[in-house]
Amino acid sequence: MTEPRSRFDIVVVGAGPAGLAAACAAAEKGKRVAVVDDAPSPGGQIWKGEQSRLSIPQAQKWIERFRRSGATLLDRTAVIAAPEPGVLLAEHPEGAREIEWSKLIIATGARELFLPFPGWTLPGVMGPGGLQALVKGGWPIAGKRVVICGTGPLLLAVADGLKKQGATIAMIAEQAPMSRVAGFGFKTLRHPGKLVQGMGIFARLRGVPYRCGVWPVQANGGEQVNSVTLADGSNQWTEKCDLLACGFHLVPNVELPLAMGCELAGGCVRVDANQLTTVPDVYCSGEPTGIGGVDCALTEGQIAGYSAAGSDDQAAALSNERAGWHAFRLAMSNAFALREELKSLANPETTFCRCEDVAFGRVKAASGWREAKLLTRCGMGACQGRTCGAAAKFILGWGMESVRPPLLPARVGNLTRTNR
Amino acid sequence: MAERVQLRVNGKSVEVTPGTVVAAAIAMAGESKFRRSVSGMPRGPLCGMGLCMECRVTINGLSQCRSCQTLCEPGMEVLTDD
Amino acid sequence: MSSSYDIIIVGAGIVGAACAMECARSGLRTLVLERGHIGGGTTAAGMGHVVVMDDSEAQFALTNYSRGLWLALRPQLPADVEFDLCGTLWVAADHEEMAEVYRKQGFYEPRGVHVEVLDAEAVARVEPNLRAGLAGGLRVRDDAVVYPPCAARFFLEQAMQYGAELRQAVTVKRLLSNGGVELADGSRLAADRIVNATGPWSPELTPGLPVRKRKGHLVITDRAPGFVHHQIVELGYLKSAHSMGQDSVAFNIQPRLTGQMLIGSSRQFDAEDGGVDHAILDRMLRRAFEYLPGLKDLSAIRTWTGHRAATPDKLPVIGPTVVSDRIWLATGHEGLGITTSLGTGRLLADLLLGRPTAIPSDPFLPARFEKGGASHG
Ligand SMILES: Cc1cc2nc3c(=O)[nH]c(=O)nc-3n(C[C@H](O)[C@H](O)[C@H](O)COP(=O)(O)OP(=O)(O)OC[C@H]3O[C@@H](n4cnc5c(N)ncnc54)[C@H](O)[C@@H]3O)c2cc1C
Ligand SMILES: Cc1cc2nc3c(=O)[nH]c(=O)nc-3n(C[C@H](O)[C@H](O)[C@H](O)COP(=O)(O)OP(=O)(O)OC[C@H]3O[C@@H](n4cnc5c(N)ncnc54)[C@H](O)[C@@H]3O)c2cc1C
Ligand code: FES
Repeated sequence: MTEPRSRFDIVVVGAGPAGLAAACAAAEKGKRVAVVDDAPSPGGQIWKGEQSRLSIPQAQKWIERFRRSGATLLDRTAVIAAPEPGVLLAEHPEGAREIEWSKLIIATGARELFLPFPGWTLPGVMGPGGLQALVKGGWPIAGKRVVICGTGPLLLAVADGLKKQGATIAMIAEQAPMSRVAGFGFKTLRHPGKLVQGMGIFARLRGVPYRCGVWPVQANGGEQVNSVTLADGSNQWTEKCDLLACGFHLVPNVELPLAMGCELAGGCVRVDANQLTTVPDVYCSGEPTGIGGVDCALTEGQIAGYSAAGSDDQAAALSNERAGWHAFRLAMSNAFALREELKSLANPETTFCRCEDVAFGRVKAASGWREAKLLTRCGMGACQGRTCGAAAKFILGWGMESVRPPLLPARVGNLTRTNR
Repeated sequence: MAERVQLRVNGKSVEVTPGTVVAAAIAMAGESKFRRSVSGMPRGPLCGMGLCMECRVTINGLSQCRSCQTLCEPGMEVLTDD
Repeated sequence: MSSSYDIIIVGAGIVGAACAMECARSGLRTLVLERGHIGGGTTAAGMGHVVVMDDSEAQFALTNYSRGLWLALRPQLPADVEFDLCGTLWVAADHEEMAEVYRKQGFYEPRGVHVEVLDAEAVARVEPNLRAGLAGGLRVRDDAVVYPPCAARFFLEQAMQYGAELRQAVTVKRLLSNGGVELADGSRLAADRIVNATGPWSPELTPGLPVRKRKGHLVITDRAPGFVHHQIVELGYLKSAHSMGQDSVAFNIQPRLTGQMLIGSSRQFDAEDGGVDHAILDRMLRRAFEYLPGLKDLSAIRTWTGHRAATPDKLPVIGPTVVSDRIWLATGHEGLGITTSLGTGRLLADLLLGRPTAIPSDPFLPARFEKGGASHG
């Protein structure tokens, strides 16, 4: 879109599964709906590139439905502020955008949790989801040797995707113990779709070593990673790799909800049965309400979409389905709970804040996040603590910081509003 | 899709398919280091989703562009290491 | 509570920290109480421009004295204080403002402040990113930029080396006119003298004090080293930002040692809320683009706000209250408290100890206000 100002009945932020489902539900009810996303194509993290690549049937179904729904996609549009009630300020490559809404649905998804360990800043060390997204964007992966480590179901999905693209997966190292991962696998029996998906992945990954109870302690290399040292509590060994994909599951993106004044509970956005937040006319669905995966996001998204469009009964009809995914969400967070050892991977000299190069020792000496920020510059850089703030929360137990505009770095010129 | 997009990374010509992100074109050009950190360490993409800011490069003279969220366009001039 | 101090300083902003450093250095048993973090109040929000000003003789005296103290301290300042002797460039957009350049020159030179008048060409040469067609400017060489929270921490470290104590996460509820303070938990601490150095919050502890909160907005960019080289301030500043009544904006940009650009500034009364007000942010940035069109393309990473402690005569309040000579004030520094923190600390310590002061103290005494500007019970 090229209009500097536009207005919709319902604006959805995020074009991942939750946002697409919300937009479909609302637009099919006759509402004027827009979906805003920073990325160049719809699909969010999991379905990135699906509009042209056609590999996940579920994604195809939803993207098709979205196309037919009549909702507008505002891509390459990053929401940077909520300057007044009912208005979002966004940045597009062509300039600032003002988007007015009567109801807002936040579906901003999650990002990976990165934990510092020696060498984690080397080029070639990436999040598994990050690497997958880049590969979908054309990153050359064929013939590359990849070690995948960290935690969560994402590790398997990424291994599968990379292998299909011709990568050699040297090893998948899951930090959670086998007993808990197996228990989780068993629980997915209650969700046959997940089980089939999981078995398919396992079948395709035959021959790839999958080890539980293993975690990274050091990435090695000069200007670029060339191997990783792994540990299982009694042994340490080194695996050669061209790329190291390492992520410790997900953290919800709650910056926009916070900027809107939505209350959180346990780090996630508080919502009612209709996915309504504590702020009137502002809904939230998908990962910001809790890390529940794609199916949970689709269900929550539809509920938010129907509620926002005034179809409460259709929303209510989905509540059992949602309850099922919430049980799955709980099982997942228990199965992939992070082990204590991960809190001590960083040395005092290990870079903790990557934007400002603040060492862990200096950060740890502070009494809390705000003091660390003011006195060491930790979290003051371009990512505004998205990476180190989440790590500090896990490792040091520090609370969240207040958010300020712009919600993502933006050209100074785009902080001024259009024609006001 | 026979169409190709031609751009330059640090002066070196790279040809990609439409829909390729700039970060991928940089990798195809053989560069692993996208930027130098404030204390001079080499860095490359981390999150792949526009949030970590590690993939910042200069595109068509505009500094600090996130290469993982930007699609390649014909004639683009990309500079790493800003 | 049994512990007794010569002096309790309430507030560990840069002003309280400088007072603590000077008091402890003078041998006073000093305790600093802070409810939050060191330098976490207005000091965390301020630009950190160390600048000589000429609104009044008193303002000049305090800023010039203070700047001298900063320059003297420079060799001891740790790197994270980010001291940068970048100088100030006051830019004149037209001939009317150029007249102001000459007036300032006429004021500063006889008083020993090193300034240079720059013509249009010279301004364009020293700051090529400024728009063409400006009339000229005045460069003040010895003005500087610091990072205020780390400066406050350094002052407190110095104070502690001289024996001062610091307690954080302690909220003072009341100042006692017979000496001492009452804390939020109801306990009391005794001291001969108390200094209220709580900046914009000072009227909460000294009711009736004519200090009002004056909100300001700032925007910081990602690194863009060399985009500007001086702290650049428009001379329209005098017409707009200093007019007391309404909301105002002025072009003010600061190069940080990190290579970042810090963009100001706005002034608003009766805006207690700490949130970003996009209407005034808009005006502030548009004003800046008029001077630096290229600024639009820099990457902004954060916007924040702070509240200046403003007084009716634009001068800080330093000295004993009229109602109780046990309760002292060091507040009301408006937009100059980073600069004047060091002068304030010296002045306060000299007054406390009955020593001669380096500059006249009368213009800053609370006694200049009706009822000494305070009513303590
Ligand atoms: C010279 C200088 C350079 C700077 N450079 C940078 C930089 O490069 N990058 C950067 O990010 N920042 C920078 N800062 C700014 C700094 O990090 C903070 O942004 C600044 O302290 C003010 O921020 P804030 O108002 O956003 O408050 P924050 O630092 O966010 O702190 C607000 C505090 O208020 C509390 N709070 C928030 N809401 C409420 C409420 N409703 N009730 C009670 N308490 C609440 C919070 O818990 C927090 O402790 C710089 C500051 C200075 C002085
Ligand atoms: C946008 C902006 C730009 C500025 N730019 C400049 C500049 O370029 N140059 C310059 O010289 N000045 C500048 N200033 C002004 C400067 O920041 C302030 O004058 C200075 O920081 C004031 O310091 P302070 O110690 O008096 O107050 P503060 O830093 O606010 O310190 C007061 C302290 O008292 C504590 N406190 C409050 N109440 C209690 C209580 N009841 N019990 C315990 N503790 C309490 C607070 O937590 C706080 O830490 C600027 C200000 C703003 C807002
Ligand atoms: S890789 Fe994180 S922003 Fe591009």
